[in-house]
Amino acid sequence: MPSLSYRDITMATPIGLDQLLELADHGAQVVEVLPADDYAPVHLPGAINLPLRQLDERSTAVLDRTRPIVVYCWDSL
Amino acid sequence: MYDYVPGKVDWLAHNLEVEGERAGAPTLGRVMRHDVVRCAPTDPRTAVLESIKGSPYPFAVMTSADGTVLGRVPASALDPPSDEPVWDVAEPGPKTFRPHHAVENVARQLAEKDLRWAIATTPEGRLLGVASREDLERAAP
Repeated sequence: MPSLSYRDITMATPIGLDQLLELADHGAQVVEVLPADDYAPVHLPGAINLPLRQLDERSTAVLDRTRPIVVYCWDSL
Repeated sequence: MYDYVPGKVDWLAHNLEVEGERAGAPTLGRVMRHDVVRCAPTDPRTAVLESIKGSPYPFAVMTSADGTVLGRVPASALDPPSDEPVWDVAEPGPKTFRPHHAVENVARQLAEKDLRWAIATTPEGRLLGVASREDLERAAP
């Protein structure tokens, strides 16, 4: 399975709630990177689940690279 | 790419819509009501007491201009009424809860502290609503 190298890594821009709501209004894709067991009980509306440990070229192929992507986990810690 | 750094807990704590298997679980945010009297620190006690008497609650919540909870003002503290401001009879820094907490946990914490009312706020301390212990216990699974 292909994996991401450090050259593929783009640092994400940190945002807060207000920016998230604005991006969501503009068609952003929201991605929860927690394990499926954490995603299933409750998640943000429309969020897809791409667990951090399973991130690779194949799993992220579902994302539309022409639209903003917002990732989130449980909290800031 | 963007990182919503405050994360899922921040979303939940703002009482925003969620999806998932437990999205309909009874939480403080689902039980709370929004009609509690709000007052500013400089509001005269007579006016606040009148508002409380016209509400289903025995208290008002004192907030700043942006809705941040500053204190709780029991009706009993406003008697006898006067035109003095409410700030010096308010109970400062009341215990508050986040709206995504399960009703049974909030009810238990209220019971442990012999409190009858839960005040729900955002993580920034802005007032969302209030719920009685009885309503929380009734909603518990």
